[in-house]
Amino acid sequence: MAHDRSRRRRDLGRPAPWNDARLRSLGLQAAVFILLLALAAYLAGNAAANLSRQGIATGFDFLGREASFAIATTLIRYSPADSYARALLVGLLNTLLVSALGIALATLLGLAVGLARLSRNWLLSRLALVYVELLRNTPLLLQIFLWWDLLRLAAPPPRTAWRPLPGVFVSVRGVYFPVPVYQPLYLWMGVALAGGVAAATGLRVWVRRARAGRPPLPAWIGFALVPLPPLAVFLAGGAPHLLDVPHVTRFDFSGGQSITPEFAALLAALVAYTAAFIGEIVRGGILAVSRGQSEAAAALGLTRGQALRLVVLPQAIRVIVPPLTSEYLNLAKNSSLAIAVGFPELFAVTDTIANQTGQSIETMTLVASAYLAISLTISLLMNLYNRSAALVER
Amino acid sequence: MSVGLTRALRWTRANLFNTPLNGTLTVVIAFLLLRFLSPMIDWAVLRASLSARDDRACAAVGGACWAFIRDWFRFLIFGRYPYAQQWRPAIVLVIFVALLLASFSRRLPARRLAPAWLGGLGAVALLMRGGVLGMPYVETGLWNGLPLTLILAAGGLGASFPLALLLALGRRSSLPALRVICTCYIEAARGIPFIAWLFLMLVLLPLFLPPGLVIAKLWRAEIAFALFIAAYLAEVVRGGLQAIPRGQYEAADALGLGYAQKTLRVILPQALALTIPAQVNTFIGAFKDTALISIIGLFDVLQDTNTALNDPAWRMAYVEGYLFTGVIYFAFCYSMSLYSRGLERHLGQGRR
Repeated sequence: MAHDRSRRRRDLGRPAPWNDARLRSLGLQAAVFILLLALAAYLAGNAAANLSRQGIATGFDFLGREASFAIATTLIRYSPADSYARALLVGLLNTLLVSALGIALATLLGLAVGLARLSRNWLLSRLALVYVELLRNTPLLLQIFLWWDLLRLAAPPPRTAWRPLPGVFVSVRGVYFPVPVYQPLYLWMGVALAGGVAAATGLRVWVRRARAGRPPLPAWIGFALVPLPPLAVFLAGGAPHLLDVPHVTRFDFSGGQSITPEFAALLAALVAYTAAFIGEIVRGGILAVSRGQSEAAAALGLTRGQALRLVVLPQAIRVIVPPLTSEYLNLAKNSSLAIAVGFPELFAVTDTIANQTGQSIETMTLVASAYLAISLTISLLMNLYNRSAALVER
Repeated sequence: MSVGLTRALRWTRANLFNTPLNGTLTVVIAFLLLRFLSPMIDWAVLRASLSARDDRACAAVGGACWAFIRDWFRFLIFGRYPYAQQWRPAIVLVIFVALLLASFSRRLPARRLAPAWLGGLGAVALLMRGGVLGMPYVETGLWNGLPLTLILAAGGLGASFPLALLLALGRRSSLPALRVICTCYIEAARGIPFIAWLFLMLVLLPLFLPPGLVIAKLWRAEIAFALFIAAYLAEVVRGGLQAIPRGQYEAADALGLGYAQKTLRVILPQALALTIPAQVNTFIGAFKDTALISIIGLFDVLQDTNTALNDPAWRMAYVEGYLFTGVIYFAFCYSMSLYSRGLERHLGQGRR
């Protein structure tokens, strides 16, 4: 009897299966999972039927076949006789080039815009505001088109090219600029540069450890340590400066290095557009550091420059880095708009291949994974940097 | 000296010439501004032409070719929509502007806003499509220009909203399977460029559908757009969900509310209100992103400009063309961002 009663009590304590939270969550998850699987199976079945009807073989075998299309801008050797895989590699490298250059230049311009927005000079801050609002509130694609037409249609022919700097030519053929001719001395200059960077880093560590609490050394000492050694090696080696300078021939240029109008338009548009966003991020980050910090720095007798460099910026960086990361990601992704002007980066090359082979599923999978990989790499690098800049709490 | 002049002088001294460096800066900037602005005004106003026949006539005078805009105005705004019927997309524009103004003015209570937009979009679709009330039927391929941009933006955002809520709740869910699925979707959609996503949807979607089913390009683009924006919006909403203090969840639990009641009546209203400025920023981004559909061959307001500029008579009027289109985009985006800023201030006042 007693045994029976206790069992009944236990039965009462356990809810009905449909009221059991654990069972319910398991059931819900299983249902969602099965639903998704069924959807995937349905779509895959349709795709298989459609593909076999159109006579398209699936698989990545096409990557080994001959690409047989030319690419205007290549960082590595490439000819139409090369394989599709190599064409994709050329595209990927072009994407990386545009992204890396774009990120570097947009950061510099963005920093300048952000500081200009905060300037005590009314004219300068208003000018920066107008820049930010105009660029942020119009589509990037429209800006790319405008830059491209400016470089294609407004630029003069080679003979009357604009010369913004000596040796630099801007014409309908693109931008031509001089490049140094490689010499063995450059290798030693590279070594000296590495030595300079190491010395500057060492000095920084030493200043932190041994001179903690004493007034900081002037900033220029650290900055001077980096360019001085290579300069010394350059002068000691007899200062050989051989530049490959472009010069005008009858209808074109010869010599020098050039970038196409497409590349120049894409890069200019990406940099100008992203800099507007970075400028606002920099401004927000600096404003986020409370006024008391700069007042305290002033009270300690730091100059405005020192206060900015030693007190405000290190704290602002913590606020700036996360949104800056997403701007970098946006820039890398936006480089795919190159397809609108025909610059052969990853997406444009992929599109050509998909049109030629009909292997759209495979090529789109490749391009999506490549962009995911780029995004993850940028996030990873920025997170590492963020960790080093983050506040160390107890 | 009058008071006004003294005040102006004092202001100039404090804002433009407060230090020697700033004074120099002011002079340099003012010089550069004059140097660039006066030829620009010269070009845009003084030498501009409203009556030229082609770009060469404008180039001869050295001024802006606003005549291009006058010539192609209807095409720039409405594209290839049948000319005699263009009063219909014109009404559509009026509906959109009225809806936007009603939303911005905060006159309409939030509860009525969603039905107003739904009704407005229904009216828009009816007007554009026709086939009733004596209006001839117009296929979606001819829905061009600014109405198309606005339909894509409003329809895509409206459709993405419920999906974004589900994704955000899913990513915050205690059920691991849901959390993983939603996280994967959000990260994948945010990891690839929108143009790749559009191609994916436009090229691949037909491959994955049963052979008989054909979806018009406009609707495929709309679906792609909604699915894409949902991932970004979901992250905004998730930010709001994370900002709700635990006490709110616990209080709802203590009152004996179930998951649905707790979410719909306690958590979501607060999370959504908190993130309105961030949502508006996502909307602005989405509005600008609609321009990308011009790459896949839909005639939005940017593609209309490109098409008009293909006219050999006006090929060199590209600055005027893109300026005109840019002003349209700017008007919508800037008013949205002003609204967002005003709202932020308003919300901030209530909290402090």
